[in-house]
Amino acid sequence: MAGQMQPPGVNPMIPQTYRVNKFIRETHDTFSLDVVPKGGTEPMVFQPGQFNMLYAFGVGEVPISISGPKPGTQGMIHTIRDVGVVTRALHHLKKGQTLGLRGPFGSSWPIEESKGQDVVIMAGGIGLAPLRPALYALLEQRDQYGEIVLLYGVRNPEDLLFTKEFETWRGKYGVQVKLTVDTADREWRGNVGVVNTLIQRVTFDPLNTVAMICGPEVMMRFAVSELKRYGVPEQQLYVTLERNLKCAVGFCGHCQFGPAFICKDGAVFRYDKVKPFFGIREI
Amino acid sequence: MNAPVIIDRDGLNRLISVLVGMGFQVVGPTVRDEAIVYEPLDSIKDLPEGFTDEQDGGIYRLKKRTDKALFGYSVGPHSWKKFLHPPERRLWGAEADGSDFEIKPEKLESPKFAFLGVRACEMHAIAIQDKVFINGKYVDPVYQVRRENAFFIAVNCGQAGGTCFCVSMNTGPNIEEGFDLALTEILDEDHHHFVVEVGSQQGANCLAQLTHRQARSEEVEAAKNIVAQTAQQMGRTLNTTDIKELLYENLEHPRWDEIAERCLSCANCTMVCPTCFCSTVEDVTDITGMHAERWQKWDSCFTMDFTYLHGGEVRASTKSRYRQWLTHKLASWQDQFGSSGCVGCGRCITWCPPAIDFTEEVLQIRDSATQLSEPT
Amino acid sequence: MKTLESILANHPFFANLKAEYLALVTGCASNVRFEAGQFIHRQDEEADSFYIIREGKVALEICPPGKKAITVQTVSDGEILGWAWLVPPYHWQFDAQAVELTRAIVLDGKCLRNKCGEDHTLGYELLSRLLPIIGQTMEATRLQLLDIYGVQR
Repeated sequence: MAGQMQPPGVNPMIPQTYRVNKFIRETHDTFSLDVVPKGGTEPMVFQPGQFNMLYAFGVGEVPISISGPKPGTQGMIHTIRDVGVVTRALHHLKKGQTLGLRGPFGSSWPIEESKGQDVVIMAGGIGLAPLRPALYALLEQRDQYGEIVLLYGVRNPEDLLFTKEFETWRGKYGVQVKLTVDTADREWRGNVGVVNTLIQRVTFDPLNTVAMICGPEVMMRFAVSELKRYGVPEQQLYVTLERNLKCAVGFCGHCQFGPAFICKDGAVFRYDKVKPFFGIREI
Repeated sequence: MNAPVIIDRDGLNRLISVLVGMGFQVVGPTVRDEAIVYEPLDSIKDLPEGFTDEQDGGIYRLKKRTDKALFGYSVGPHSWKKFLHPPERRLWGAEADGSDFEIKPEKLESPKFAFLGVRACEMHAIAIQDKVFINGKYVDPVYQVRRENAFFIAVNCGQAGGTCFCVSMNTGPNIEEGFDLALTEILDEDHHHFVVEVGSQQGANCLAQLTHRQARSEEVEAAKNIVAQTAQQMGRTLNTTDIKELLYENLEHPRWDEIAERCLSCANCTMVCPTCFCSTVEDVTDITGMHAERWQKWDSCFTMDFTYLHGGEVRASTKSRYRQWLTHKLASWQDQFGSSGCVGCGRCITWCPPAIDFTEEVLQIRDSATQLSEPT
Repeated sequence: MKTLESILANHPFFANLKAEYLALVTGCASNVRFEAGQFIHRQDEEADSFYIIREGKVALEICPPGKKAITVQTVSDGEILGWAWLVPPYHWQFDAQAVELTRAIVLDGKCLRNKCGEDHTLGYELLSRLLPIIGQTMEATRLQLLDIYGVQR
């Protein structure tokens, strides 16, 4: 779907050095790094849904999906949750500092294929990050799509990402944005419950809807079955899968999921293609 | 290409020096630690003359032959992948300078290997790894340069090993393509020579520097008969009919649990397998913290942290690891690379300490799966 | 202006209910309005009614001592609030508080459950409509318990 062929003589295992152009604090444990190539001026081309391998000096490498920027803007944004040694090291990076980057890798969300249809985006937790470029791409050609729906669930209200953009998406582009949290205190005036419960609160035509889902695998399993219950055909459901990624180019074998390599065939998959293996234990 | 020719033992010896003269490092079978392994060769004296091997599930023994055959055995624990896909290599180093750092890719070396004694199954195994490392969207330059430089002297098998099943996998014993030169060893009371087929211009050029003569038709026939005989001797068989569907439909088959009771998760099968390609990377730093490196090393789907995700293992059980390995070889490999990942060399059976037999496990699943789906 | 009966008849919860039962249900229904912050019911109170939310949002809360109230679920437009009226001992499990101005139809649960006791066909009709809601609530609760967005170490 996406991605260009490897240029001759380039070793896909060698990172390029990038500079932190902007450090953005998103939540208490999540931050974004906007990076630009060191010395390079060539525009960075990526497809919504693709990821990069980010390297923190002397610590290691992690796959991070690309969360921006808006089309036509310089740089690549990575939204990262501080949960391990490498992401901790990335968290400590400051503007101007260097990191290694390989990519972009992987498949992309079906932006073109969704034209003329309604689009339901379902995100759980940090799963909104790889969906944001998809949303940007849809909004750039807003008139090409019917209803655009964003259903977004997190653990607590303070975990919500990109909150400043919700009003623009609602107001300027007519996106039906619905948020929910697992638990909250009374300062939260919004919904409490799992993201599935939001489906009944929005308008879309299930038969002519493409759904793009990203979140923890358990959340996606329930989201898929709920959307199917509403009548969205399996071939119009897209999910992301996560496994141990080492090389990102299909050499190392770690990320296999049945017949698929998550790194090069995914991480975005059409649901019916992975369905036979979805939910099989220890696959 | 050219018609088959005959060279004798001296001719073979001379071939090694010709290749060395052309800048090749000649590697091939030799005896070490009571096994036939692939190592650099200086002359035919390094070859396992007069040796054969006895192989069965969990069993590998060298034995003396009564003749002086140079290729009178089947495959040992090594495969050529250790030369084309090195077990350990540095990918790059990085030097820190304040809060900045620079990445220095490892210099791409360009070794020229001449592989002497490549069996039919091994030629297929290399073609399979080509699909992984050079024929896809991404290319591994280390593999690519070694592969492109390599010279192949294939050898038709004069006998099948106890765990061989290349006939079932349609990968042998006859050498068909990809070689520069292909030998069939002919050994009787009066002769010890090799029928040589030429597979490339470079092969022809080498041959031109050796004493050789045209093979007579009965000699060519004799060589064919040897391979045909080998095909009759397969130690194992594997029914590959609809094997992908069979395995995909039996991911929860109870047989996997039974295998798990025997499997040690030792990863031997993946290390000896000529097509297994998995690797991992390790980041290291020196004591100053100013110099970092990344190394790539062979890995195995049987190891503990292979499927590490969010603090746990996706495939925590031995059952799931064996199932992954076997279904990858025989089923998902087809979806990924358009061919089976198994060439029927039998190494995984021979080198499995508890003698788990790949072919037997598939048979068990097939038999019980059939029973389940047939009306009673 | 729509009549109560037509609103109920068009609500998915009462879809395809026999006219006779619909009339009975309508007889037990009336409009109600809650201001933001107003409690609709409290934990352990007798559950003698349930609500069809027409517009607004209601939080189901529990308040541990020394802590702020925790919202475990919100119910909003078109959804059903409350099933304790049909399940002994007919006591509310949580506090229900309107988060914003909420308009609803209140149904007399005590009356309806007595009728259900007399007429098992009606009982079956109502239970089979309520059960999926209870099931979905339980499924959602399990998912929340899994804390899938938490750091999994």
